[in-house]
Amino acid sequence: MKPFLEVKNLSVSFPTQDGLVKASNDISFSVARGETLAVVGESGSGKSVTTLAVMGLHNRNAANISGQAILNLETGPVDTISANPEVVRKLRGKSMAMIFQDPMSALHPYYSIGDQIAEAWGLYNEGSKADGLKRAVEMLDLVGIPGASKRVKEFPHQFSGGMRQRVMIAMALVNNPSLLIADEPTTALDVTVQSQILKLLKDMQEEFNMAVILITHDLGVVAEVADRACVMYAGKIVEQSAIDDIYYMPDHPYTIGLLNSIPRVDQLEGKRLQAIPGQPPSLISLPRGCSFRSRCTYSELVPNNKCATDVPNLDEKISGHFSRCHLTEAQLVKARSSAGGQA
Amino acid sequence: MFKFIAKRLTATVLVVTLVSMSVFLIFAFLPMDPARLTCGKGCSVPVIEANRHRLGLDVPVQVQYGRFIKGLFLGREYGDGAAKIECSAPAFGYSFNKHECVTTLIKSALPVTFSLAIGAFILWLSLGISLGVLAARRQGKWQDRASTVFVLVGISLPTFISGILIYLVALRLNLINPIEAGRWVSPFTNPIGWVKNFYLPWIVLALAFAATYTRFTRSNVIETSSEDYIRTARAKGLSEKVILRKHTLRAALAPIVTIAGLDFAGLLGGAIITEQIFNLPGLGRLSLRAVLIDYDLPVIVSTTILAATFVVVMNLVVDILYAYIDPRVRVG
Repeated sequence: MKPFLEVKNLSVSFPTQDGLVKASNDISFSVARGETLAVVGESGSGKSVTTLAVMGLHNRNAANISGQAILNLETGPVDTISANPEVVRKLRGKSMAMIFQDPMSALHPYYSIGDQIAEAWGLYNEGSKADGLKRAVEMLDLVGIPGASKRVKEFPHQFSGGMRQRVMIAMALVNNPSLLIADEPTTALDVTVQSQILKLLKDMQEEFNMAVILITHDLGVVAEVADRACVMYAGKIVEQSAIDDIYYMPDHPYTIGLLNSIPRVDQLEGKRLQAIPGQPPSLISLPRGCSFRSRCTYSELVPNNKCATDVPNLDEKISGHFSRCHLTEAQLVKARSSAGGQA
Repeated sequence: MFKFIAKRLTATVLVVTLVSMSVFLIFAFLPMDPARLTCGKGCSVPVIEANRHRLGLDVPVQVQYGRFIKGLFLGREYGDGAAKIECSAPAFGYSFNKHECVTTLIKSALPVTFSLAIGAFILWLSLGISLGVLAARRQGKWQDRASTVFVLVGISLPTFISGILIYLVALRLNLINPIEAGRWVSPFTNPIGWVKNFYLPWIVLALAFAATYTRFTRSNVIETSSEDYIRTARAKGLSEKVILRKHTLRAALAPIVTIAGLDFAGLLGGAIITEQIFNLPGLGRLSLRAVLIDYDLPVIVSTTILAATFVVVMNLVVDILYAYIDPRVRVG
């Protein structure tokens, strides 16, 4: 069976006065129903831009988008990049849904949460407003909001951050979408609430058999919920593999750097966290060669200064494990062990 | 919500009382003697004093205020015997210049001012908001630039210039009959005549106000459009039309309710310049004449208190409306 979403060579750039901002570059990935793909990377690495393009949420006058994002619907495949905007609009909320980073500002402050969920339901279902509100109560119940039948009439400002994110999830799932894109759903929340929301997402995925794309900058978030991960850097995917491989056999120096910068419970006391030195490059004028070169600790291992001249390809080094790096597998094994800690 | 309204209502009554007191005090201590002005040159002291008594100005100011308030609720009598004058409640006082109860004067002026205000209000709101939305949606396009020109002209052209210009042009084109104009026509008996009477001053006032509203609407719509909840609405699959109407405008226009309410209240107090140009016998002209020509104290005090009351009451209406629009404001 084909995966539900297939993204092929997707590039998004924004013309600005200073030049063309290449926000995401030649991105390819796929997600099947029931599967969770984590898209990991720091701010500005192109995670959100890529998924917003899939959803058709970019202003087509302000963004240059190329490539394909194919939804394999029961009625046949639709490319959300090239399809008529009106066709894509009617897929939003129904076949693909999205939740956002800041639940404080993502809900309309002037409408009750019941109204907002019922509005989403009413778009794709026949029925009165009362039916919509009834459905809203069911959804709120499902996402674990206590006293849903009472709280459905309340307004967003009467909910805490975690509860609002639950409301967002209820609203996104009300039409039983096949794909859910969660754009940093836990970033604005407390740590304890974070894990509750992640667990809820996991439960909902099982309940609705959805394909889930989880965007995050926090590798710690990903471990428990994701099946596979894409690591993005400067608008490109630099590593893509099953989630365990990302943790235990990271193949790209950037991923290794990210892992080293996470505090670990099993780490020796008194050992300092290793930050990745430097800043990501400007997306307007990417350097020649590898975008990560200036921050990479291992680039001198590669002969002939290849990192400065050749853009590495996203190669499949081991089956199912892709990495965009000139280092050989043997050099990487050495790099991993010298970074220490990653068994 | 009920508690909220009750609280605001109490505050409003309090403010109106304070405003009426201060207005009364200000005019009581002005270095003008209304009694002296009641008769011409060669007026003798006994006549002045008699008039002072008739005007009710021979008692301390707090007693005057008490009588004023009492008159508002119970009506008031001036003089006695054959010269007795009765003004029924709500009595604002008696104008010895016009030989008329102030309430009667206000009653005839108020419909004119109200007609002027409501028509201009509807016109400038629809013009300002639609132009503002258009400019925001076509940001940077010719529609946006055209609206900027309109805004600049509207803001920089004072009503005494635009009013006179429009009046002159209308005269030239025979759109206005200077003899007929200014005669009060009720919209209930003769709606067409009413519109004919008022459409030019409406345009003058609307031009002045619509410019501000265009600018305000434009920036609010642009700002709201980039809010996260608008992105959420789009992600839900709503059409752009519904997003604009239901999500963007609701949030973008909420602050406009506040300024629109207060602008309208201000106009209810009388559009002095426009009423003067178009010879409309409204509150503005009534107060202007009372101040400049007659020094008609009861009229001045009454129209001032009335204008202030309009603002305070409209403020209350705006507060309630705003609480209805924005649930975050509804605090117990």
